[in-house]
Amino acid sequence: MAINTDKNSYTILFAIGMVIIVGTLLAAIDSSLKDKIKTNKILEKQQNILYAIGINNNEGNSVSFVSTDQAPSLFDEYIVSQIYIQGNKIIEDNEAYLIEVKKEKALAKDPTYDRRLPLFIADRDGVRYYVAPIRGKGLWDAIWAYIAMDENMMILGAYFDHKAETPGLGANINQRFFMDDFIGEKLLDENENFKGIKVSKTNLDPRNEIKDDHEVDAIAGSTITGDGVSAMIKSDLRLYIPYFKKLKQN
Amino acid sequence: MGLLSKRDSKLILDPLSDNNPITIQVLGICSALAITAELEASVVMSIAVLFVMGVGNVVISLIRNIVPSRIKIIVQLIVIATLVIIVDLVLKAYAYELSKTLSVFVGLIITNCIIMGRFEAFALANGLWRSFLDGIGNAFGYAVILVIVGFFRELLGAGTLWGYPVFGDAIDKTGLYAWGYENNGFMLLSPMALIVVGIIIWIQRSKSTHLIED
Repeated sequence: MAINTDKNSYTILFAIGMVIIVGTLLAAIDSSLKDKIKTNKILEKQQNILYAIGINNNEGNSVSFVSTDQAPSLFDEYIVSQIYIQGNKIIEDNEAYLIEVKKEKALAKDPTYDRRLPLFIADRDGVRYYVAPIRGKGLWDAIWAYIAMDENMMILGAYFDHKAETPGLGANINQRFFMDDFIGEKLLDENENFKGIKVSKTNLDPRNEIKDDHEVDAIAGSTITGDGVSAMIKSDLRLYIPYFKKLKQN
Repeated sequence: MGLLSKRDSKLILDPLSDNNPITIQVLGICSALAITAELEASVVMSIAVLFVMGVGNVVISLIRNIVPSRIKIIVQLIVIATLVIIVDLVLKAYAYELSKTLSVFVGLIITNCIIMGRFEAFALANGLWRSFLDGIGNAFGYAVILVIVGFFRELLGAGTLWGYPVFGDAIDKTGLYAWGYENNGFMLLSPMALIVVGIIIWIQRSKSTHLIED
């Protein structure tokens, strides 16, 4: 080869050329796929919320959402209203499910900002479900969940997910053996104080038959992910207490 | 002469035994420890690495004569990262479910030393076809170890294989558990992956003694 690849000028030119080529390529691919990815994310949200209220295609132990074709119509059918809570106000908004908890959490660092708390109210077989999206930190990255509750803040259904927890360990928070344990657990104690639900390693109740201990069984080998789940339930669901208190008074 | 000459087939077969990337070259240990708690995760990771190494080796081999030697490591990193991001984006758009399963592995692929190691040691000095074979061969060598480790860790740690319980139900005490068998939770933690890899290295070296250095 005739090119002297050790020259400074060549090295710099090569670097610039490479950045331009790779940058253009990635930008082009990203912008051409953007809309499709966005639609997929919206559909996923609808599927997750429906999953939490028990509308899913679960068979045996597998976790299976309703199909993406059905999700929008089922979502309209079961979700009777979508609201968000901001300070003392309760605002009805039919696109409240598009509020990003991540962004709201970031904005809430500013003490003058009242964080918007989305809540989806669903009716299924005469039972009223209140679904709250929550978000927290696992071991490696974000974890989040959709928690369906009744008006006494007893959990009726839950869907957990994660961005990058360890496969085989923390990643199993989106498996049924973990999520189903939350059903029937209560967030408030008998005096109506908020207790949250702890992911506990000393629970000794692997089938989760004791429903009023505010504890579920942890996954072996995923202590930090489990602690993250406990912490996110505690910090985020606590914010909904005023709403449920008001609901009871009326 | 078949599809592959003797020299070429050595590129595929060597990494499976005498030149295995994990047990002999000791590359890619980090990901081997991190994701082998389950058989399924091991297989998914193996397929992803197979793809990135096959294509990556070809790309690097294509540009091997024009890469300035002083920034070759950066160039290699960019090639890997670009490939992985493209795959990630395409999957997100057209196979969303699959992309969610894979998202965890993206970071682990980019930092996988086997890929960098093969770019550096082989693709930068060899032609297209041979580089491709070397990439595939090493990815298979990596996959074999991952699957073996994943198999034993899931079986002994959780009593399942690919998610299916093979020993009976640990909580209801059926099957083997009725006889007092217990899962070894320690198998699920990374130190045991290292020990399993160590045992594989031991067995391999005791069988092929020419691998032992003084």
